[in-house]
Amino acid sequence: MTNLNTVNLAPLSCRGLGLRLGGNDLLEAVELEVIAGETLGVVGPNGSGKSTLLKLLAGLLKPSSGEVQLLGQPLARMPRRQIAQVLALVEQQADTSDAISVYDAVALGRTPWLSALAPYSPEDRRIVEQALTDLDALHLRQRLWHSLSGGERQRVHIARALAQRPSVLLLDEPTNHLDIQHQLSLLQQVQALPVTTLVALHDLNQALTCDRLAVLDQGRLVALGKPHEVLTPERLLCTFGVHAHYLTDPYDGARILRFRAP
Amino acid sequence: MMRLLPYCAAALLALLGAMLAGIAIGETPVAPSVVLRVLANNLWDAGYPVDPIDAGIIWNYRLTRTLVAAACGAGLATCGVILQALLRNPLAEPYLLGLSAGASTGAVAVALLGLGGAALSMSGGAFIGALAAFGLVLLLSRASGAGGGNAQVILAGIAGSQLFSALTAFLITKSATAEQARGILFWLLGNLSGVRWPSVWLAVPVALLGLAVCLWHRRTLDAFTFGADSAASLGIPVRRSQLLLISCAALVTAVMVSIVGAIGFVGLVIPHALRLLLGTGHSRLLPASALGGALFLISADILSRTLIPGQVIPVGVVTALIGAPLFALILVSRRGRA
Repeated sequence: MTNLNTVNLAPLSCRGLGLRLGGNDLLEAVELEVIAGETLGVVGPNGSGKSTLLKLLAGLLKPSSGEVQLLGQPLARMPRRQIAQVLALVEQQADTSDAISVYDAVALGRTPWLSALAPYSPEDRRIVEQALTDLDALHLRQRLWHSLSGGERQRVHIARALAQRPSVLLLDEPTNHLDIQHQLSLLQQVQALPVTTLVALHDLNQALTCDRLAVLDQGRLVALGKPHEVLTPERLLCTFGVHAHYLTDPYDGARILRFRAP
Repeated sequence: MMRLLPYCAAALLALLGAMLAGIAIGETPVAPSVVLRVLANNLWDAGYPVDPIDAGIIWNYRLTRTLVAAACGAGLATCGVILQALLRNPLAEPYLLGLSAGASTGAVAVALLGLGGAALSMSGGAFIGALAAFGLVLLLSRASGAGGGNAQVILAGIAGSQLFSALTAFLITKSATAEQARGILFWLLGNLSGVRWPSVWLAVPVALLGLAVCLWHRRTLDAFTFGADSAASLGIPVRRSQLLLISCAALVTAVMVSIVGAIGFVGLVIPHALRLLLGTGHSRLLPASALGGALFLISADILSRTLIPGQVIPVGVVTALIGAPLFALILVSRRGRA
C-alpha cells in the first residue's frame, strides 16, 4: 500500500477542471483537493456532473480544460497502468454476460500489478481473499456473476477495486439499487476502508456521514466543506429545489434532514 | 507449469490424431501405417519402401491440406476470441470487420478484371481487399464516435461488409461468365483444395504468431470482462490495446481468407463453445480455442471430401452446416443459464 503519511500533498486534486461536449458544459472550472484518508462525498441533483467528475478524476475522460493531479503528478501524463496502481474506480453499472466466478472477477483487480510474464502469485491470492473478506464476500467466491443479487455484485465490484490496492478509491453511487440494509452496511464498509475515498451519493442523509461534502450544481462545484455546513436549507432549496430542515433524532442525537416539496 | 503438462500432451495427441485422420481419409483411403511411413521418409529419410503415388498424394496434397486446415481453424478461432472479448458482443467474429467481404471483392477484381496483371494472384487480391475493407471500417468507426465505441465498430463493420458484398455482386453480374461465377462462388465458400507447401509456410507461422501475441495480452483480454471503462480502470491502455489486438486479428484473418476463402462459423462457434466449457480466463480459452478450431476445421475438411463420393463440397458449407445448429444450441443453453 502506498504510504501517504510522509507526503502532505493531496492524493487527488483538480484545477479548473472542465468538460465540454457538443456545445454543452458538462463540468466547469472545478477546483477540488481530496485530503488523505478522508471520505469525501459528492452530491448534486441528476445531471449535475457527478459521474462526469468521477470519470475525469479517474482519467477515463479527457478534460477540455484544467488538469487532474494524482499524488502531485499530472494524471494526463501518467501511464494507465501506473494510475491503476494508485487509483481505483467503481462505476455505476458495469455488467458482463460472461460466466465469470466471483473470485476471478475480484482477481481482475490484480491486473495493474501483473505482466505477461509475472504469474499470479500466492501474494496476489492473499490480497484478493483479503479484499473479499473486507467486503464480507468470501463465501461468494465460487458463485458465478449472473447468479448474484445487485447488492452482491456491487460488493464484488468494490472488492475488485480494493484488490488493486489503491490509495484512492472512487465510487459512483455505490448504494444505488440496493435495499436499505445493504445500503447502510455497504456505506459503513466503505467508510471503514483504510483508503482515501471519493464517493458520489444520491441520498443526502447518507451523505451527511461523510467527512466532507462537495456539492455540484449544473456542472459547477458550488459548495465544499463539512456536511452540516454545506447542506444548509438555503443550499438545498437553491441546488436541489426542495425545502429542508434538520431534525434531531431523540434516539442518538444525530441530525437528519427532512425534505418537503417547494 | 507441471500442472499444464498433461493438458499440453493431450492437446498435442488430439491434434496429431486428427491430422493423421485428415491425411488417411479421402477419396482414396490410405492406411495409417503408410501415412506414417511416408511422413518418416520425408521427415528423417527413414527409407521405407512406399508407392511413389501414395507418397506424392500424402506429402504434397493431404498433409499440406490438413496443416492449412489446422492453421486456419486455429487462427480464425483465436481471432473470434479476441473480437468477442474486446467488443463485448456475442456475435463478434473474424469477418465482422468487413474482412471476408473485402477479400471477396479483391479476389473477384483480380479474377475478373485482371487487376494487378500477372503480379497479383487471387489470393493476393483477397489479402489486399480484406485489408482495404478493414482500413475503411476502422476509419469509419473512428470518425463516427468519439471513443470509437463497440457499437460504432460493429455498425461500421456491417456497413463495410454490405458495401464490399455489393461490389462483389456487381462485379460478378457485370463481367463474369457462368463458369467464372461458379469458380468464384466455390472459392468464396472456402476451398482447401488448392493449397500446397507455400500456403503452409504462410498459414502456420501466422496462426502461431497470432496466438502468441494474444497469449501475451491474455490479461488485457481478461480485463475487458466488465467493459472498456472497467479495463481502463484496471490499468489497460484501452485504445492502444484495442487497435493492436484488432489489427492482429484482422491480419491473421486476412491471411487465412486469402489462402482458403471465407470459411464461416469457426471463429464464431468455437470460442463460444469453449467459453461455455472452460469459463472466461483467456490463458486457457485462447489455446483451447486454437486447438478446438484446428480440430473442427480438420474434421470439416474430412467431411467435405467424403460426404458425397467423387465430389468435394466447399468446406465453408460443411462448417456452416455443423456450426449453425451448434450455435443455436449454444444460444439456447445460454438463455437457460441467464
